[in-house]
Amino acid sequence: MSNLIKFKIDGKECMAEAGKYIVDAAADNGIYIPTLCNMKGVKPKGACRICSVRINGRLMTSCTTPVTDGMEIESNSADIQDLRKSIIELLFVSGNHFCPACEKSGNCELQALAYRYQMMVPRYPYEFPTKPVDASSPRIIKDQNRCIFCKRCIKTIKDENGRSYFVFRNRGHKLEVVLDEEMGKTIDSATAHLAMENCPVGSILVKEKGFDTPIGKRKFDKEPIGSDIKL
Amino acid sequence: MSKKITIEPVTRVEGHGKVTIHMDAQGNIQQSRLHIVEFRGFERFVQGRPYWEAPVLVQRLCGICPVSHHLAAAKALDVIVGAGTGDGLTPTGEKMRRLMHYGQFFQSHALHFFHLSAPDFLFGVDGDPATRNIIGIALTNPELAVQGVMMRKFGQEIIRATAGKKIHGTGAIPGGINKNLSIEERDEFLKGADPLNADKMVSWAEEALDFFKKYYFANKDFVDNFSYFPSNHLSLVRKDGALDIYHGVLRAVDADGKKILHDVDYQDYDKYIEEEVRSWSYMKFPYLKEFGKEKGWYRVGPLARLNTADFIPTPLAQKEFEAYKALTNGKPNNHCLHMHYARLIETLHAAEMIRELLNDPDLLGDDLVIKGEKQKEGVGLIEAPRGTLFHHYRINDNDQIEMANLIVSTTNNNEPMNKAVNHVAKSVMTGKEVITEGMMNAVEVAIRAYDPCLSCATHALGKMPLELTLVGPDDQILDRKRTH
Repeated sequence: MSNLIKFKIDGKECMAEAGKYIVDAAADNGIYIPTLCNMKGVKPKGACRICSVRINGRLMTSCTTPVTDGMEIESNSADIQDLRKSIIELLFVSGNHFCPACEKSGNCELQALAYRYQMMVPRYPYEFPTKPVDASSPRIIKDQNRCIFCKRCIKTIKDENGRSYFVFRNRGHKLEVVLDEEMGKTIDSATAHLAMENCPVGSILVKEKGFDTPIGKRKFDKEPIGSDIKL
Repeated sequence: MSKKITIEPVTRVEGHGKVTIHMDAQGNIQQSRLHIVEFRGFERFVQGRPYWEAPVLVQRLCGICPVSHHLAAAKALDVIVGAGTGDGLTPTGEKMRRLMHYGQFFQSHALHFFHLSAPDFLFGVDGDPATRNIIGIALTNPELAVQGVMMRKFGQEIIRATAGKKIHGTGAIPGGINKNLSIEERDEFLKGADPLNADKMVSWAEEALDFFKKYYFANKDFVDNFSYFPSNHLSLVRKDGALDIYHGVLRAVDADGKKILHDVDYQDYDKYIEEEVRSWSYMKFPYLKEFGKEKGWYRVGPLARLNTADFIPTPLAQKEFEAYKALTNGKPNNHCLHMHYARLIETLHAAEMIRELLNDPDLLGDDLVIKGEKQKEGVGLIEAPRGTLFHHYRINDNDQIEMANLIVSTTNNNEPMNKAVNHVAKSVMTGKEVITEGMMNAVEVAIRAYDPCLSCATHALGKMPLELTLVGPDDQILDRKRTH
């Protein structure tokens, strides 16, 4: 236990193992910091910035920043909460997230965060981009309207040789995460389901799986996202 | 000088519409039209979406009877997933859907009668518009207002228990349903504290019917003659001719009761029905192909259903049905305002069916979904509260919708509503110098009888007001009144 260190989040005294990322150390102390691109067991990448906290006056992503002894972290202040909300709003306006007809509704982390941060109407104008839906795989539909570029599928959905089923294509505003055409033809059912589960939004759908979980039984129907993090 | 009257918006109906009435210099009505002025594009924007999204996506056409669209789409997709053409589901799957549908029928009919139409009966067609509304009912007949609200609530709770939400649920999925009814839910509906239980709803439905019958017999001449005109009538009926709002075959009768569409399989609906587009409305005009545009138009909804059905398969509603049929000597009823009478008989039938279904143990079963050999195309038909609703989808090899065609209930009633507007305009406005609010409301009463849901029929978006415009022969607008 000698490697335990002390730090503070919003003035609250906390303890954690040295070297832990802030987001995990906070969770160990019953403090929820929202994440979207981050996944347990996967190397963090700080892509979505929703876990931003302030340390020594600088905004840092808590999924990629290890906690250190004596660190003072600001997480729950009004401006940081608003920053997180604005990131959620930006994600909504930059895609076409039509929750009512999405199979992931109720299980979607982006939707759950929007509820948690009480997003009513985004402060930014909707872009309504034209995005394709790739349904050519026999098992998976990749709906670009809903992709938030979190890379969770790229990092976690791999074949036995370690090759990713999902890859980046193009650059800049044309960037998209696509299902490899050849690998998509042979993806098995279990992997397809895992891909859908790991996608924090409804961008990866297993074919013919739709709305079989009744309203009230879905992941975020009963408690808001982050409710599992408590002492 | 000739006139053009515009009623915009039409009030106490769902959706947006306006009425224009053209009068010549002598005050004769030259032409009357119900215009549907806004546009929706559901048939287009579901293209490319995975087919299983259709029941949850397309129901967003409407917040009043989304269950109808939800179920019609699900029925079409039952065909696509190889679950048969409407009667191949598991008992739990079919009965849960039926319960959902009867719940919506009950709430929608209650909403229409108590909130939208009853003010005309209580306060008169030309009553003070300041009180001729649901608030006026609440102030003068609080018990009736509460009854209307609680009947609607009961129906909405049935929908919540079967679809997951009162509005825009997800219960029906291709091949079945995603939940059964729990024992607790069932017992709450059967034995819940007054008034929210099935027995009370049956007795309240009877009371509502009695209320209308009293009004009818006290105002028989007016009710019988208001916007009376003969027409064809079309609806689903059960294979044995019974009233069935969830599944059956397609039947049409003419104004004298002769069958002109002989209990056909609705998968072939496009062999029998065609739609005409007219430049002045976003709503199409369907008609029976065999009889052409002039003679093939028909009515749908409560009046039509009780004209096509041979009997109602619940005892209390059947008894009322017999008395109702006796009014026209067993022949089809073509009286516009009898639509309310028919609607209330259906409300009673829905309450009886809800009670019957709640006592059926199949609702508690676990066998929810059935699938078979996949098909590329499917048609789903259902009797929505406002009439026959058609959903037709075709998918591609990648499970995406490539074609959708919806003929919604109010669209089927487009020609009859236009006829009704013309009929009433002629009878109350011909030769009149001044068009009163009461005259305009009479036009609305005719439209209102059809319980039109213009938002889904027109594929229009937004709130619906009604405007009435009086236009001269040179298209000069002479008078315009707008209600909100």
